[in-house]
Order: sequence, then structure tokens, then C-alpha cells
Amino acid sequence: MDIRELHQATSPLRSRIFRLAMVYVGLFGAAVTLLVGIIYWSTTESVTRQIDATIDAEIRGLAEQFTQRGLTGLVGAIQRRSRTADASRGLYLLADARFQPIAGNLSRWPDEKPDAGGWVTFPLEFPETEGGGLNFGRARLFELGDRLHLLVGHDVRERARIAGFIGETLAWGLAGILALSLVGGLLMSRSLLRQIETVNAASREIMAGDLSRRIPVSGRDDEFDRLAGNLNAMLDRIERLLDSIKQVTDNIAHDLRGPLARLRSRLELTLMEERGTPDYRGTIEETIAEADSLLKTFNALLSIARVESGAPSESFVALDLSALVTDVGELFEPLAEEHELSLTLAVESDARIQGDRNLLFQALANLLDNAVKYSPPGGRIDLTLEIRGAAGQGDRAVIEVCDQGPGIPAESRERVLERFYRLESSRSTPGSGLGLSLVAAVAALHGGRLELDAPGLESGRQPASGAEPGLRARLSLPATA
Amino acid sequence: MRILIVEDEKETAHYIARGLAEAGYTTEIVHDGQQGLVRAVGEDFDLAIVDRMLPGLDGLALVETLRGAGKATPVLFLSALGEVAERVKGLRGGGDDYLAKPFAFSELLARVEALLRRPAKTEAPETLLRVGDLEMDLLARQVRRDGRAIELQPREFKLLECLMQHAPRVVTRTMLLEQVWDYHFDPQTNVIDVHISRLRRKIDKDFDKPLLHTVRGSGYCLRAQGA
Repeated sequence: MDIRELHQATSPLRSRIFRLAMVYVGLFGAAVTLLVGIIYWSTTESVTRQIDATIDAEIRGLAEQFTQRGLTGLVGAIQRRSRTADASRGLYLLADARFQPIAGNLSRWPDEKPDAGGWVTFPLEFPETEGGGLNFGRARLFELGDRLHLLVGHDVRERARIAGFIGETLAWGLAGILALSLVGGLLMSRSLLRQIETVNAASREIMAGDLSRRIPVSGRDDEFDRLAGNLNAMLDRIERLLDSIKQVTDNIAHDLRGPLARLRSRLELTLMEERGTPDYRGTIEETIAEADSLLKTFNALLSIARVESGAPSESFVALDLSALVTDVGELFEPLAEEHELSLTLAVESDARIQGDRNLLFQALANLLDNAVKYSPPGGRIDLTLEIRGAAGQGDRAVIEVCDQGPGIPAESRERVLERFYRLESSRSTPGSGLGLSLVAAVAALHGGRLELDAPGLESGRQPASGAEPGLRARLSLPATA
Repeated sequence: MRILIVEDEKETAHYIARGLAEAGYTTEIVHDGQQGLVRAVGEDFDLAIVDRMLPGLDGLALVETLRGAGKATPVLFLSALGEVAERVKGLRGGGDDYLAKPFAFSELLARVEALLRRPAKTEAPETLLRVGDLEMDLLARQVRRDGRAIELQPREFKLLECLMQHAPRVVTRTMLLEQVWDYHFDPQTNVIDVHISRLRRKIDKDFDKPLLHTVRGSGYCLRAQGA
């Protein structure tokens, strides 16, 4: 992706958060509409039932008048009731066989057909004296004998008023919700976008080359802080890796330039010498030895790279680590003796692991090599193997190589595992600075680790004056049961 | 002795051929796998040096086909693939030895000579080895020089046995590590040299004529003077 493309700050309206807020508003609006609809329906239904009950009560009253006092009583009652109809909202009409009004407060018989129960809803026109306007009436129709028609009803102005009120409430409510959530959505997405933008800004600076830049952490310990924390940890690791690559590259250039320059000047000198003389041969042999040591360094570098990138299973076999450790000890014992060192083996038998026997042998040989190289004459080297049980995990095979040499200061113990890193004090000792790097890589390949410490400084005890702290290299590997 | 070199890197091939000619061998160079297979099957070479990665036909496939055709010509693999797994693959595929590049010519020469004088598999293995007045009885596991018994540790016995098997030819340090210790690794220091000097103290110290010689830049050999 083009960096310029990343540069464009997203507008709040195009942000995903805003779109999510809008979807939420839509769903919420639909829910409100449904709720108000239910209220509307149940309210109008209950008003309608109330009106119907009132109408039925009036019918019973009028029917009583008719049965007790005949048509005159009925007409009288209708006229009485019609006079108070403004307050009661009653509708009454008694019509003859041709539907011509006889008594009541309606000017004509409605045209609408009644349903099976005799109920009818019809439009009502109010005269100007009563405020005018159109309304609806609900009424029940009867035939009295075959000459008369009776209508008893109620105007439903109340119901329409409630419906209108509910509708209005709904409209305003929806408008309010929409406006509030629009503002809320915008605010929310702006604040989230701002936080995301700080991450983007930091990434842009890192991409532009400032590898030391980190994403600011607000301290609120929220999701964004955790995201920033993880990204920062990742950046730390990348920076460390890049540093170590740079270090290795620098070291390769530095450590190989010297021998190559020596090789070149040796060859130049050889050219000047007479062919076939002992000096001539000697110089060529030295040159070959120099080239060999360069090749050895490259081979060691390649082995480390191979081990570091290797898949564990490929060359792994079930092997007897006890036998392997004994073999290494036996191989190095004469060398130690030649350096006036005593090499002591304490090997627990039957330690079995899955591993690459040649790599493990090489790793242990490197450790013993170091111990022999750095021990003062008369010293002692301990090579031990024991199986240690760890709670909750499988057993570990722990190999230790202890010497009485100068050791490695605590602050350098991490760094000596880096390629080509050598202590100032050991610059004069032959070596490539790759031995421990390979041991660490082999340990990692086997799911184990290499630890370095000083046995002479154990439990805060100061070493006797003149005594060296020594070095203990501990290689712990997962054992198989 | 005729040696077939199947190697696509022309410079490497010529450098090997020159060195082997210097040591008294006749060589033929082929630069691709198919040609190499045709020559190896059709002619009787005493040894084939085969690169593992070849154009046309891969070195491993070449040797597998060669063995399938019933040819027992000893094969020395050369390879830039130094990993142990690759080495094992090469030896299982029918190779007799495996040498990782880059190598010292002395190492190649020592291995070539070891392969050329290796007894045929049908021969009964010798049980009595002799170099000058030094004798090794493999069955009784006894070593005598000039009639005097010499006490050796088991590993010293194996070391001497290896040197005697190859005598009077040179055995390199890596060959000793492979054959005596059965590990394949790159020693940083002279661990092997110290074992040799211990052995030398036992077999040469009390005698006038030394048998165990150091060959500079190469390795060791057992050789009776004048032999």
C-alpha cells in the first residue's frame, strides 16, 4: 500500500465507527416505532371498546323508554338526550321508513352499510356554529318494527385526538433520537478516530525511519493502551533484532577484514621470495592456515544460521544423552590434562532426549573448549549431567560445565551469546566469538536454554582474594520419559 | 587408477583434477549428471567423485541409478549442503563418503585414497593388522610392537586400528572423528592431536624408529621407514 494513501486521515462520516452508529440508530428507531405502534393500537382499541360500551348502555336506556312508553317516550328521550349531546358526544337519530329524520341530532341518515352486528362508522360534518370540521361517528343501527329506524352512536373525536397525539409524540421522539445519535455517533467516532490517528501517526514516523518512535500510552489502561503496549513491545523486539543484525554485520566486516588483510600481505611477501626455499613453503603454509581459519569462521556462521532457522524434527533421533556427555568428556580429557587441568565427570545414567547428536556434541565441545581455554593451570573443570524434575512440566536433562577461569561479568552474560561478541579481556585468546552463539542456538533448537553464571560468587559469598569467579554454563534440555 | 569427476562448477572440477593428477591419478571430467551416469555405467572407473547438485540429473539420483544398474564403483559425494541430514541421505543413497564444500584438498585426497584401497565387500575382513614391527590382533584385541605387548585404552585401540587400516595413507582429523568417535563436528581446538600424542607415547616412545607421523596441513599416518 502506498504511504500517501495511509496519510489521508479518515473523515468521521466515512469512518466505520460512524457507520456502525448509524446502523444502531436505524435499529433503535425501528424499535421505538414498533413500541409506539403497540401503544397506539392498544390505546385506540380500548377507547373504541369504551365508546361501544357507552353506546350499548344508551341503547338499553332507549329500549326501556320504548317498551314502557312507546314511540312518544322514545322520541322524548331522544330529544332530551340530543340537547345534552354537546357534552356527552352522543349521536341519536330516529328515522321513518324512508330514512327521513323524525328526532335526534343528526341531519340525515348515513349512507354507509352497517356490519353484521349493526355497527357503522361514518363521516360527520359539523355546522359552522359548532366550529366546523370533519369527524367520524360510530353508531349502531336498529329497525323498530318495519316503519322506523333508530341510530344510536358516539362521535369518535376523542379517539382521533389520542391517535394524533401519539403520532405527534412518535414523530418528535424519532427526530430527537436521530439528532442525538447523529451527534453522539459523530462525537464517538471522532474520539476513536483521534486515538487511532495517534497510532497511525506513530507508524508513519516509524516507516519514515525513526525506529525509536513509540506509540503514546494514555495511562487509562483501556483497549487502546493495551494495543499500544503490544505494538510497542513488538517494535522493541524488531529494534533489538535490527540492532543485532547490524552488530553482526559490523562484526563480520571487522573480524574478517583483519585476517584477509594479513593473508593478502603474506601472499605479497611470498611473491618477493625465492621459489622453493623453506621460507617460501612456510609462508604458503601459514597462508593456508589463515584461509582455513577464515573458512572455519564462515562455516560456524552458516551452522548457526542453519540451526537458528532449522526445523527441530528433521535430524532428531531418540538418543542417550548420558553416553553422549561421556563421549565428549572422554574426547576432551587428554586436552584438559595437557593444560594441567583436571576434568571431572559426574554423569547420571539413562538420560534420554530427542535431539541431533552431532549438534549436541558440537555444542558441548564448544563449552569444554572454552573451559579449557580460559582455565588457569592447575584448575578443575566439572562436567555434570543430571535429570531434574520440574513441577507441572516434564523432566529436564541439565548439563553443566564449570570452570575456575575469570568467568563472564553479569552484565555481559547476555551479550556473549551474540555472534562475534568477545570480552575485552579475551581478545588476545584465539577464537571466533561464535562458540557460545552456536551453543545457545542448539539449545533453542532443542527447546532448551543456555544459562551462564559464576559458581564462585554463589549466595553472595565473595570469592577468596585472588580466586577467579569461574564460569558455569548450564544447558538444560527437555528430557523424554 | 581412473577417477571420474562429475561436477558442474568448472573451476572446482579442474582444481580437483589437477590435484589428483599431481597425486598420480588419471581423471575424466563431466559437467552434467546425465553424461556422468552414461560414463559411470558404461566404463569401469575406480572411483567417482559426484557433486550432489547437478544440472540434468541430480547427484543423488545418479548414484541411485548407478547402484540400481549393479555398479559398485565407490562414490564420494561433494556437496555445499553440509547438514548432517543431507549427509545421511547421500550415504543411504549409495554414496561411500560425503565431503562438504569448501574442503581442503588434502582432506579430499585422504578420502579418495581411503576409498580406493578399501577392500571389496566380498573379502573376508582381516583380523591381523601389521605396520612395520607393529601388530594388532583384532580378535584377541592385543597390540604388540617388536614382540612387546602394549596396553591401550579402548578408544586408543580404535584410533590405532583406524590408522592401521589406512596405513600407510594419511587419515585426516575429521576422518578420525567420524570413524573413531562416530561424531561429525568441527573441532575448534586440537582435541584430536592430544589423543594422537598419547597414542604416540605408547607406541613410539620406547622405540628408535617412529611409526606414527604427523602430515602437516593434512593429518596423520602410520608408516614404517623405508616402506
